Amino acid sequence: MLGSFFNVMALAGFLVEIYVVVCTLFKKSFFSNIAINFYMLCEAAVTFGLFLCTQRYGTSSSTYAYYYYYTDSLLTILMFWVIISFYQQVFSELKASSYVRKAAVLLLLATAFFSYGVVHQNRNHLTSRFVVAMGQNLYFVGVVLTYLLWGAILKLRETRTRLVQLVLALGVYFSGTAGTYAIGNLFPHLYMPLLRFLFPIVGLWLPLAWAYTFTKVPEDSRLATASLLARAR
Amino acid sequence: MIAALIFVISFAALLQFFVLHCRSILAYSRRVELSDRVREVVGLASQNLAADDFARLLQLVRLCPERGDDHKEIRVVGAYYGLLDVVGRMSRPIVPSVAAWTENERQSCSYFAAVALDRRISYSRDLFTQQVTDCL
Repeated sequence: MLGSFFNVMALAGFLVEIYVVVCTLFKKSFFSNIAINFYMLCEAAVTFGLFLCTQRYGTSSSTYAYYYYYTDSLLTILMFWVIISFYQQVFSELKASSYVRKAAVLLLLATAFFSYGVVHQNRNHLTSRFVVAMGQNLYFVGVVLTYLLWGAILKLRETRTRLVQLVLALGVYFSGTAGTYAIGNLFPHLYMPLLRFLFPIVGLWLPLAWAYTFTKVPEDSRLATASLLARAR
Repeated sequence: MIAALIFVISFAALLQFFVLHCRSILAYSRRVELSDRVREVVGLASQNLAADDFARLLQLVRLCPERGDDHKEIRVVGAYYGLLDVVGRMSRPIVPSVAAWTENERQSCSYFAAVALDRRISYSRDLFTQQVTDCL
């Protein structure tokens, strides 16, 4: 019963991720969304690996848990590239691409050094607590970056509906996952009864939301973001 | 301590991003003009739909043949409507301005459901026309 839940989630995730890539290919926007597509392909490969892991070791095994958390951390670092591509799109009219690139390289270096420092310090006990803490921190960096990006979108009066929806979906994903990781850190005993079911559900949100955006929102669609916020207050 | 702080900030960000994401979907449907056909089906005399019409409209949507491409948005807006309903009920005696805002938002959700119904009715008519053409 439990195994089938994880299998269904993995299969749904895999199919939706492939769908996003195929959708951008059909709409001839594969290369303009190369970061998203690369991320989706990697995510699909990881999901496929997760499916194999479930079949071979079961969802209660430590192999499954370590595979899930460590590939998730790697994918989160890859997701920073997607965020950077969004920053580049937002700042494209300001001709600030070179500054964004430099800031991105600095951010990636800082993340790499920080991760190395943390892993080096904990090399003798790369336990489940550590991997949860690392995932939580990486996702929280994602929340902060997405929030700053949303601020830039509002400040620069960005109107591209597709970009706005992609960024908002990313914000939901990062904050949802960071929050779930934080609960896992606060209450480790909740992992088995609750959190291990929550992670695949939150993980499915992003490909679903992006699939919706690429399918339903035309590239030239426009939206007044300021009015969204004014009414939300 | 850090985990608790991250949880609080993430939860606040999650709520904000989710509300804005739903609003961007609703804003997209607000531009669509309702057809006379759906107005007749819904029994809509004036321009505005009531906030409480959402559930009734959703039932009508479910009666129509599925288009297959509007599942996700209906589910997301349904969740948003549920959240607004809870916030509205809780805030009515304490903060009436928040309750008024949730009422407006719920109205937008109803309009969204009417647009979805309109699309499904058009789709079922197209299906029917296609079947009749095939029979001939």
